[in-house]
Amino acid sequence: MADRWRLPLLALLGLLMLAPYIWMVSASLKATDELFRASLTLLPETGTAWMENYGRVWREVPVAQYLLNGVIVCGGILVFQLLFAVPAGYALAKLRFPGREWVFGAVMLGLLVPPHVPALPLYVAFSELGWLNSYAALIIPSTISVFAIFLFRQFFKSLPEELIHAARLDGMGEGAIVWRVALPNAWPAATAFAIFSVVAHWNDLFWPLIVLTGTDYATPALGVLHFRTEEAGDDFAALMAACTIMTAPLVLAFLFAQRRFVEGIATTGLKG
Amino acid sequence: MSEAALAAAPPRARRRLGEALGGWLLSLPAALSFLLLLLLPTLAAVAMAFTDFELGLWPPAWIGLENFREMWEDRGFRQSFRNTVVYVGLVAPASVLLGLGLALLIEAGARGRALFRAVFFLPVVSLTVAMAAAWQYLLHPTIGPLNAALRNFGVAAPPAWLSSSDWVLLSLSAIGVWEQAGFNMVLFMAGLTAIPRELREAASVDGVHSAFERFRLVTWPLLGPTTLFVVTITLIRSVRVFDTVAVLTRGGPNKASEVLLYTMYTEGFTFLRLGYSAAITLVFLVIVLALMLVQTRLLDRRVHYG
Repeated sequence: MADRWRLPLLALLGLLMLAPYIWMVSASLKATDELFRASLTLLPETGTAWMENYGRVWREVPVAQYLLNGVIVCGGILVFQLLFAVPAGYALAKLRFPGREWVFGAVMLGLLVPPHVPALPLYVAFSELGWLNSYAALIIPSTISVFAIFLFRQFFKSLPEELIHAARLDGMGEGAIVWRVALPNAWPAATAFAIFSVVAHWNDLFWPLIVLTGTDYATPALGVLHFRTEEAGDDFAALMAACTIMTAPLVLAFLFAQRRFVEGIATTGLKG
Repeated sequence: MSEAALAAAPPRARRRLGEALGGWLLSLPAALSFLLLLLLPTLAAVAMAFTDFELGLWPPAWIGLENFREMWEDRGFRQSFRNTVVYVGLVAPASVLLGLGLALLIEAGARGRALFRAVFFLPVVSLTVAMAAAWQYLLHPTIGPLNAALRNFGVAAPPAWLSSSDWVLLSLSAIGVWEQAGFNMVLFMAGLTAIPRELREAASVDGVHSAFERFRLVTWPLLGPTTLFVVTITLIRSVRVFDTVAVLTRGGPNKASEVLLYTMYTEGFTFLRLGYSAAITLVFLVIVLALMLVQTRLLDRRVHYG
């Protein structure tokens, strides 16, 4: 198709897609009374209104705390997911042991269950243990990713046997082989999974909404929701400023490593 | 010869045992957390669906299918179920078609590929809650830019998109399409690059000159597995709609945007009726499993990877 048609059409659709972002940023720069006049100009009338909006967010929203919570939760989840899934994926791909079919069957079964299903009993258990409102409550339920096990198994299967034999001849144990031979050779799978995992848990609202009541451990998603319902009221300018700040980190990360993000999500798309 | 075999046998047996031991040890952490965090809670959720479990009331009693009977008669639940079906029925086809269209459009030329791919993919990596708030502003009945534009075009009373029961489900669906189209586009682009260029060129040489005919005869059939995959995954993702409802409407107005997972959430975590909530979860699980089953069946039957 000629670019004469293709590019304008794509540009039009792209503008539609970007509309929420454009208006979000525009509103965050305007004074509240200007917003209420509902004018269709993108640029603010007063050049200083943005300071008031972002200033209010900075004073009233523990932005740094929310972002830090997000990093701790996503980081914690990812570390444990890898810690559990990489060895299991290696064992399933490269080692013969009685019960292997059962383990793999469990993985395939686990792939069928959406995370919302075990949520109720997990909530009861955490509540009985007095663990609600903690990093542990946010991290622990997601530490097992059968999808990660599946992904690493597929990837490790294509590792040449000679590589592992050579490592064994060098006197390495299976545990050392996992972390020092197999994982470094599975870097594409690991990055793809890391991106998938971080994007999923950074954006997740369902589970944090269940196990947290205050804002001490709130992730960015819950923090924005809290500011919107409890404090912002009709101050859409400040709300949009808060949304802009909270959306920025992951979007910037994406713009810097676009290719990896797209490939990461495409190869892990399977999980949904 | 026999001497050599004898000498080799014990180490081999020992190595086999070592390998088995390694396999078990390496699988152990995953197996334990799978058991504690996935398998047991899932079974517990299934069991809970047949009890009158409420937080703070101990012990729960078996009530058989009572929860499901209540669900059947509960107008709120039926509304929620119907809304979910309508939402999925709108979002899945629209976002699959839009995803396919965008992928074809981007792949059709060389210029601007990376740029447009990034633009359409942006919603996938954006904080859903924040973007929902942005949509709330965009669709606001009085100060929202959309209605301001509509008034400029002479629409005297543009709808209150998110607070009118006639429009709310449609508005949420539009947001759903916006969220998912870019994701589907990326999956379709991966499928398209797997189709050899020569095939389309061969069709061209054979006299298939219109781009649409080439798409119908070559690209579309070869895209079969990708399409099936994208359709299933979109259906499942749409059944899971929760965030936008929780942020924007809380099921309202008057249950007009109540959806399955949101009903499950309010019954379980607001009213603490865990048994009933578990029964709704079970309905949700059965729908997801049925969709996966259909996908596997279709994959087995007629779509083959080349």
